[in-house]
Amino acid sequence: MGRTLAEKVWEAHVVRHAEGEPDLLYIDLHLVHEVTSPQAFDGLRSAGRPVRRPDLTLATEDHNTPTIDIDKPIADPISRAQLEALRANCAEFGVPIYSLGNAEQGIVHVVGPQLGLTQPGMTVVCGDSHTSTHGAFGALAFGIGTSEVEHVLATQTLPLKPFKTMAITVEGELPVGVTAKDVTLAIIAKIGTGGGQGYVLEYRGSAIRGLSMEGRMTLCNMSIEAGARAGMVAPDEKTFEYLKGRDHAPTGADWDAAVEWWKTLPTDADASFDAEVFIDATTLSPYVTWGTNPGQGLPLSSNVPSPADAVDEVDRVAIEGALAYMDLTPGMPLRDIKVDTVFVGSCTNGRIEDLRAVAEVLKGRKVAPSVRMLVVPGSVRVKKQAEAEGLNVIISEAGAEWREAGCSMCLAMNPDKLKPGERSASTSNRNFEGRQGPGGRTHLVSPAVAAATAVTGHLAAPADLASAS
Amino acid sequence: MEAFVTHTGTAAPLRRSNVDTDQIIPAEYLKRITRHGFEDGLFSSWRKDSDFVLNRPEYQGVTVLVAGPDFGTGSSREHAVWALQDYGFKVVISSRFADIFRGNSGKGGLLTAVVDQGLVEQIWELIESDPAIAVTVDLDAREVRVGDLVAPFEVDDYVRWRLMAGLDDIGITLQYADQISDFEATRPAYKPTTK
Repeated sequence: MGRTLAEKVWEAHVVRHAEGEPDLLYIDLHLVHEVTSPQAFDGLRSAGRPVRRPDLTLATEDHNTPTIDIDKPIADPISRAQLEALRANCAEFGVPIYSLGNAEQGIVHVVGPQLGLTQPGMTVVCGDSHTSTHGAFGALAFGIGTSEVEHVLATQTLPLKPFKTMAITVEGELPVGVTAKDVTLAIIAKIGTGGGQGYVLEYRGSAIRGLSMEGRMTLCNMSIEAGARAGMVAPDEKTFEYLKGRDHAPTGADWDAAVEWWKTLPTDADASFDAEVFIDATTLSPYVTWGTNPGQGLPLSSNVPSPADAVDEVDRVAIEGALAYMDLTPGMPLRDIKVDTVFVGSCTNGRIEDLRAVAEVLKGRKVAPSVRMLVVPGSVRVKKQAEAEGLNVIISEAGAEWREAGCSMCLAMNPDKLKPGERSASTSNRNFEGRQGPGGRTHLVSPAVAAATAVTGHLAAPADLASAS
Repeated sequence: MEAFVTHTGTAAPLRRSNVDTDQIIPAEYLKRITRHGFEDGLFSSWRKDSDFVLNRPEYQGVTVLVAGPDFGTGSSREHAVWALQDYGFKVVISSRFADIFRGNSGKGGLLTAVVDQGLVEQIWELIESDPAIAVTVDLDAREVRVGDLVAPFEVDDYVRWRLMAGLDDIGITLQYADQISDFEATRPAYKPTTK
């Protein structure tokens, strides 16, 4: 009986197996940020325990960091205290850190891959649910809580029960204008926010193999929004090409040995999954969310649903609540929804390819006067790359704000927030009530849809712009 | 960690599905670097509404939360567990929990009891018609008892053993430090380090 990609990676990391107990799994890379780590370091300190492998641990500052005036002291004293706590903890325990102002600072899930630290077949954890991003490389990568952060710091292992496996096969060619973000929103709308619960998702099929590494990261990133712990894509030549020459990628004979192992990782032909979902890529179109969880999404060409469309009572209450919060009327075309804010960025869509897609739409156009548009690169490196390509000039000339790297308005822990009643089109990952600021309303979209929406002032795809001109 | 065998208290009905951890505790409360004192952040947006269940006088002092399906979705923030515990909750009952939230609860000693949705509805009716009714959650017998109603619940065997013994995970794992060292010795040279 063959094995799946996830099973192969799991089995390669089992330190201890005993009947009736969780497996003790070795962790190859532990990423740390300022929000979910202070209580973990505190726990180590009070128990007198060291960090077992600081050389397999890396910290960055991202959730709280401002995206303007980063050379000035951080205004919010609580944010500042949290960043200072991370710096002090890393110094005390010998953990490498990329602080605000460092050329490698950025969102933890953008930094790991761009440094070549995320590699096929690895186990990667972070106190952050979007750790699933790293699965794009064929790594088993998942978010953990603060107690588990402390556990990994102390032991470099985690006790875990094996996950179930689910194949999500997307076959066919994606229509023009349909991106990885649209694919993931369509998948979550299909299987629901609990559909992946207990599973590691493996994205397969020709549409997935056709995605760039950036696109695969977007897809794996959103796996958690379907309830899954992790999402994975089998490593292939694209993966190897992306990694080769990066700072932490192997070199020489090590590279050859690594590639040889990586090539053994894809799911065997005779392996079976615990569940399977099929999607025809040719039927997909740009997707947007209308509600208050990422499963409440529809093609942009649709209308706002009605509570009468609900499949059961729980669903009816959920639709009613979402429509009330989002202040939407059943039956209105999604394209008629006006926004006042557009946010481009986050670990979902804050990479160079995303910024290129935005600049392509904005080139020679203007952001509507009623719209405020923020463009926040995922890392300092992404920002510099975009500036080298002149993307910042296009984005600024269109009237959008070009910012410094960080999580920013994805979760509004820094000063970038929606005001109560404001409505955004956002390339981030969560449209929960108040996620982008208390009382704020969020529509999740792809970078291309975000840019087109900024131009028209209402939800729109780039194709709408072409037909208008 | 305090051992958990059985708990009796009163319960509040939370008739909502998909209660995400941003609702349990919004990001603005995550800036603290302490481990306690998160009770003020619990459901902070909903608690501004005087009709919200936890604001009603008959549900003061509750220790059991009975929620709709898909409780604890979204962000991995363990602060959600701490906020529930700091507020006084010992148990959350739902027909389905998000994975990370459930894992975090087990680590912190908050029991998440998976009860069939039909029985959740019956518990809702009982605690709504008599908010003072005693709710007993028996981890040994794996059942919730409310009046005449006995609702079995699912809980992972290992988590149950740990909760009943009040054991700390790191202490358990460190017994195997030699095995971890042996494993490390076999790791290939091409695996990256952060140095």
